[in-house]
Amino acid sequence: MNALIKNLWTVTLVVCLLPLLLLGLDVVFDNLGSNPIQAVHIRLGDWSLRFLCIALTITPIQTITRWRGMPEYRQLFGLFAFFYASLHFLVYLLVDHNFNWSLIIMDIIESPYIWFGVFAYIIVFLLGITSSKFAMKKLGKNWKKLHRWVYLAAIASVIHYFWQLKGNLAEPLLYAIIISLLLSFRIFTWFTARQLGKMMIPKGRGDE
Amino acid sequence: MIIKTEKDIPSSEITPPEIFQERRKFIQMLGLTLAGANIPSAFAGDNKVFSNLAKSATPDNSLKPTPVELVKNYTNYYEFTFNKDDSTKLAQSMVIDPWSVEISGEVEKPATYHLEDILSQQTLEERIYRFRCVEGWSMVVPWVGFSLANLLKMAKPLSTAQFVKFTTIEQPETMPNQREKKMLDFPYVEGLRIDEAMHPLTMLAVGMYGEKLPKQNGAPLRLVVPWKYGFKSIKAIVKIELLKKPPLTTWNKSAPQEYGFYANVNPAVSHPRWSQNSERLLGSGFFTSRRQTELFNGYGEQVASLYKDMDLRHFF
Ligand code: HEM
Repeated sequence: MNALIKNLWTVTLVVCLLPLLLLGLDVVFDNLGSNPIQAVHIRLGDWSLRFLCIALTITPIQTITRWRGMPEYRQLFGLFAFFYASLHFLVYLLVDHNFNWSLIIMDIIESPYIWFGVFAYIIVFLLGITSSKFAMKKLGKNWKKLHRWVYLAAIASVIHYFWQLKGNLAEPLLYAIIISLLLSFRIFTWFTARQLGKMMIPKGRGDE
Repeated sequence: MIIKTEKDIPSSEITPPEIFQERRKFIQMLGLTLAGANIPSAFAGDNKVFSNLAKSATPDNSLKPTPVELVKNYTNYYEFTFNKDDSTKLAQSMVIDPWSVEISGEVEKPATYHLEDILSQQTLEERIYRFRCVEGWSMVVPWVGFSLANLLKMAKPLSTAQFVKFTTIEQPETMPNQREKKMLDFPYVEGLRIDEAMHPLTMLAVGMYGEKLPKQNGAPLRLVVPWKYGFKSIKAIVKIELLKKPPLTTWNKSAPQEYGFYANVNPAVSHPRWSQNSERLLGSGFFTSRRQTELFNGYGEQVASLYKDMDLRHFF
């Protein structure tokens, strides 16, 4: 059983790299249309958001199945969200702007939808560099607090997506729904746990 | 109106020879060679197709046109789709023959013209213009067409004509988003102030790259106003009305705080949600920077005087 899970983890890792491979092929075969830079950039942003959503489903699955064997996967998917977001950012800086800092700074200052992308990225970055077991131990209680920010990152990413569009809202709407469902699930379990907790506490001491 | 510019670059320098052959077909398609005696001198002679074509009115004649395939496959045509590469296919169902254009409103001679009759009165020119989309990308297109002013003069505008309203064809049977009334209030409407409309840079295009306009690029007749964001350059025009008051244009109606009536290209005035400071020139490769967007898309010398007492932030 353990061996299978171990192999499954490696297989998952490879599968998570497939979008990058396919994107590479599309670049090589010039399959990206009239504006390939934008196409690459968008594709990476999309995958970052997808992995963020996938990572967010792990805890609810654990809660529902009462099976606690998946934190490695949560970490893996979260790191892939970080990975694709980093490439998304790097493409923006290097491929699209060739590190032309005056253009980059103006663009970020004047584009409110990018503020949300940057905000999301700062969070994803912090979570990424503190995802190891070592960091978890070091941060103790604060680790959990910090990693709850993932929801803010997800919400900011969806706003980032919504805000740049002229009309077609279907796709970002889908992500907005997925993230709201995941978030409501968390709030729901948190709330019921709290109620349960209250019931356990003898009367007179539940003065919050 | 023929606009002389300093250094004339022969068309052959910007157009590969095989396209000259295409041009011959283009002329034939336009039906201009039907009666031998009537061939305007510009179109006479085998290799001299377009030889009398006035050169581009662009101040910078060295502009290098964007590869034609990119221009053909990256079009916003919301009547068909919200996706810039799907319009290439979807627009092919459009019916554009026969085509007529109604000119009415504040004019002495309101009339409906067949497109061929308009074209037989005009000398076609090739003009290489920058085209800047409000979404932050741009291209360089060698349009074929004539000054809008020439057409307006045929209808003799009255002194009360202050604005010009343009309307795109209504063809719900071929245009899915018109049929399903998606997103915008169709038919698409655009407008110009009369002095903008009469400006020598403002043109009506019937072709690009020496060929007939592809349907997705606005066939058979579109507006091109090079110093304004692309959405002002309305496609598939069937109606031109001269008005006393500014028309309510489609994007302005849909999102007035985001898209103004003027829509002059201006790097200093950002869209409420994104910067207009730079643009991705289509065809420029990976690792080349976006280019700095220019005020009036680089046509300030020609058009800045139209707006000299105006606050461009307010009239965006
Ligand atoms: C966790 C962080 C981020 C995520 C999840 C994310 C995700 C996305 C998504 C989903 C899109 C829309 C793709 C589409 O249209 O289908 C997008 C577009 C975009 N993102 Fe991000 N993004 C992030 C961070 C950033 C950062 C840090 C920047 C730049 C400083 C940035 C700049 C942009 C730009 C400019 C676009 C518009 C692309 C275009 O349409 O031309 N993003 N992003």
